[in-house]
Amino acid sequence: MNFNLTEEQQMLQDSAARFVGQDYSFERRQRDVQNDVGFDPELWRQFADLGWLSVPFAEENGGFGGDATDLFVLMEQLGKGLVATPYLPSILLFGRCLEAGANPALKAELLERLIAGELQGALAYMERQSRHELFDVQTNAHRDGDEFVISGEKALVMNAQAANMFVVSVRTSGSATDKNGVSLLLVDAKAPGIELNSIQLMDGQKVANVTFRDVRVSTDRLIGLENQGAVVLEEVVNQAIPAICAEALGLMTHLTNTTIEYSKTRKQFGVAIGSFQVLQHRMVDMFTACEETRSLLYRVLCSAGEDDLLEHKKNLHALKVITGLRGKRVGNESIQLHGGMGITDELDVGHYVKRLMVLHSVFGDADYHQQQLARLSLPQ
Amino acid sequence: MDASLSSDDLKFREEVRAFFHNAEPEKAQQLINNPRTYKQGAVQWQKKLHEKGWVAPFWPTQYGGAGWTVTQSYIYETERVKANAPDVVPFGLKMVGPVIYTYGNDDQKARFLPGILNSDDWWCQGYSEPGAGSDLASLTTRAVSEGDDYIVNGSKIWTTYAQYADWIFCLVRTDASGKPQQGISFLLIDMNTPGITVSPIQSINGVHSLNEVHFENVHVPKANRIGEEGQGWTYAKSLLAHERTVIARVADSKKRLNTLRQIASRELQGGQPIIEDASFRHRFTNIEVELMALEYMELRVLAAMARNESPGAESSLLKIKGTEIQQALHELTIELAGIYGGVVLDVGEPGSSVGHDFGDSARKDFMYGRASTIFGGSNEIQKNIIAKRVLGL
Ligand SMILES: Cc1cc2nc3c(=O)[nH]c(=O)nc-3n(C[C@H](O)[C@H](O)[C@H](O)COP(=O)(O)OP(=O)(O)OC[C@H]3O[C@@H](n4cnc5c(N)ncnc54)[C@H](O)[C@@H]3O)c2cc1C
Repeated sequence: MNFNLTEEQQMLQDSAARFVGQDYSFERRQRDVQNDVGFDPELWRQFADLGWLSVPFAEENGGFGGDATDLFVLMEQLGKGLVATPYLPSILLFGRCLEAGANPALKAELLERLIAGELQGALAYMERQSRHELFDVQTNAHRDGDEFVISGEKALVMNAQAANMFVVSVRTSGSATDKNGVSLLLVDAKAPGIELNSIQLMDGQKVANVTFRDVRVSTDRLIGLENQGAVVLEEVVNQAIPAICAEALGLMTHLTNTTIEYSKTRKQFGVAIGSFQVLQHRMVDMFTACEETRSLLYRVLCSAGEDDLLEHKKNLHALKVITGLRGKRVGNESIQLHGGMGITDELDVGHYVKRLMVLHSVFGDADYHQQQLARLSLPQ
Repeated sequence: MDASLSSDDLKFREEVRAFFHNAEPEKAQQLINNPRTYKQGAVQWQKKLHEKGWVAPFWPTQYGGAGWTVTQSYIYETERVKANAPDVVPFGLKMVGPVIYTYGNDDQKARFLPGILNSDDWWCQGYSEPGAGSDLASLTTRAVSEGDDYIVNGSKIWTTYAQYADWIFCLVRTDASGKPQQGISFLLIDMNTPGITVSPIQSINGVHSLNEVHFENVHVPKANRIGEEGQGWTYAKSLLAHERTVIARVADSKKRLNTLRQIASRELQGGQPIIEDASFRHRFTNIEVELMALEYMELRVLAAMARNESPGAESSLLKIKGTEIQQALHELTIELAGIYGGVVLDVGEPGSSVGHDFGDSARKDFMYGRASTIFGGSNEIQKNIIAKRVLGL
C-alpha cells in the first residue's frame, strides 16, 4: 500500500504548481478566453516546451510514457489555476484516439506534430440527440470505392475552432444507438463540405456545431477497425474521465480554500463570518467533499493498471458520480458563502463554478453514471 | 378546512383569464427577457395592469388597491403564471409603496403613490452597503441635518436596476450614538440629485442588473423622510417580512415543474424519453412533494395576513423553502439540457441557431437563481430569525 508520488510525478506536480502560481493568473485567463479560439496559442507553445503535451503518450510514440497518475498530477494543478487550454480535446481525446487506433505511419507523423504543439485536434463525438450516450451516433458514412462519404452533424465539438483535424464518430452500420457499427474517421478540418458554427460555453471555451455534407475521406483514415470504433472511443473516454475529475478536484480545492479565506476576512455583526458555527460546518462539508473526491480518484488510479476490468469500471462510475455531486455542492456553497460577491462576474468564484458545471455534463453526469453503476452492481 | 372555490371565485377566475387572454402578456415577456428592452417591456405591461386596476391589488382600496380576498390573489397569481405573464417590478409596488401608505404623511402619499401606480417613476432599493449586508443595521451612509435638508454621504451596493431608477428609497444613519438599529432613517431620494453616481456590477449570468450607488454631499429635503427620524429600521422591517413572502414564488415553481415535465417527455437519452428515467422521476417528485407542502404553507400565511396578522417569522419559512425549491428546479432543468446547459447565446439569438431551445435560459436561470438564497436576507439569516423568534433559542 503506497499512495506516494514517484520522484518524476513529484517534479511534474511542482512544475505545474509553479506555472499556475507564477506564470498564470485569473486576469490572464480572463484575457485568454476572449481569444477567437478560446485560449492563448502562446500558452500552448509553453505547454509543449514544458513537455506537458507528451504526458499521456507512450515512449515509443515519442511521449513521456505517463500513466493515469501522471495525468492526475498535471490536471489537478490546471484545475486549481482554472487554466484555459484545449488539453482535454486536443491531447486527451484527439491525440489518444490517434495513439489507440491510427495506422503506424499516420500515428508517427501526427503525434510528433501534436506533441511539438504544431497541431490542434478535436474529437467530434456528440450529436444533438445523444446526450450522455457515446454510441448514439446518427452521422452517417458509407463506402464509395476507397473512400468514406460522411454526412450529418456533430454537436458542440470542443476545440473545433482551432482544430486542424477532427476524429469523427460515424455510423457505418447498425441502428442509431448500437455500439457496433460506429467507426472513427480522421478528417481534415479544411475538407470540402465541412461547415462550422461557433458557439461559446459558459466556461469560456469555444465549441462548434460541425456539419458534414458529403465529406470524402480515404479509408486508410480509419481510426480503429471499421464498425469497431466504439472500442477506441471507450478506451479513450475511460482514460479522460479520471483526468477531468482531477481537474474538477483542483477546481473544488481552490473554491474551498478561497471560501475559507474569505470567511476569515469578511466581517458582519462585528466578527469574521467564519466564526459562525453554521458556516464552519458548511466549510467542513466542502473540505470533506474534496477529500471524498480525492479518495475515489486514488481508487481509480490504483485500479487503472489492474486486470479486474469490472472493478475498474465500477470505480470510474463511482468517481464521476461523486465528482458531479460533490462538485455541485462545493460550487453552490462557495457562491452562497461569498454573499453578493459570489454573484459577481469580477470574482473568480463564479468562473470556477461554471467550469465545474461544464465538466459535470461531459461524458455523462452524476445521474447517468449512477445508473451505469447500478447496472453493474445490481445486474437484473 | 376548505380550499374549494365559490361561484364568485370561479367568475373572478374567468375575468382574470379573459384579461390575460387579451393583454398579450407574451409580447411583454419577450421585451422583458431582452436586457435592451427590459424597462420598456416592464413599464408597458404595468401600465396595462394599472388601467385594469390590477397593478397593486394588495394595496388598501383607498390607495388604489383592488381589495381582493386571499383566494382571489391566489387565483390571480396562478392564472398569471399560466399565461406566461410577467410579475410586476417589486421595488415601487411591493416595497416602497406599502411603506409610504402606511408610514408616510398625506403630502408624501399624494406625491409618490400615483407615480408608483402608473409606473412613471422607477424605484430602486438602497439598503445594502459594502460593509453592511447580513448585518444591515451596521450601515454607515450618513445623513447630516442642515436646515431643511439632509446632506447624504456614503455608498450603497447590489442596488438592483439603479441604472433605470428615478428614485431610490434608502436607509441612512442620522444618529450614530445609540444602538445600531436606532439612528436609522428612511429617505426617498431623487436619483437626479447632483452628487449621485451609479456604477454597474456585472453578474455571473452575464447580465447587468446590479449596481453600486455613491452619494457625495447629496442634498435631500427633509420632507422626503418617511415617518420619524431614527425610526427607519422599524419601517423597513415590516417591509422585509412582506418582501420574503414575495420571494416564495409558488406559482412560478409550479409552472416550472410543468415545463420540466414537457421537456422530459421530449428529450431523449439512449433513444428513451427522459420522463421514463427512474432517477429523473425520483428527483422530479421530490421537488413536487416539497412544492405541494409549500403551497399550503403560503396559503396559511396569506390567510393569517388577511386576518390582519402581520407576516412574522413564518415569512422566513416561505423564503427558505421557496428558494430551495427554485434552485432544485433550476438544477434539474440545466441537467436536462446536458452539455447544452453550458451554451451562451448572444442577446436575442434564438436557441435554434445551436439546435437547442432551453439550454441558454436554463443556464441564466441557474446562475442568477443562486442569488435567491442570498438576497432578501440570506437563508442562513432566516434560520437565525426562526431559531430566535419561533423556537425561542
Ligand atoms: C442579485 C442580488 C440582488 C440584490 N438586490 C438588492 C437591492 O436591490 N437592494 C439592496 O439593498 N440589496 C440588494 N441585494 C443585497 C442583499 O440583500 C445582500 O447581498 C444580502 O443581504 C447579503 O449580504 P452580503 O452580500 O454582504 O453577504 P454577507 O452578509 O457578507 O454574507 C456572506 C455569507 O455569510 C453568511 N452569514 C452572514 N451572517 C451570518 C450569521 N450571523 N449566521 C450565519 N451565516 C451568516 C451569509 O448567509 C452569507 O452566506 C441584492 C443581492 C443580490 C445577490
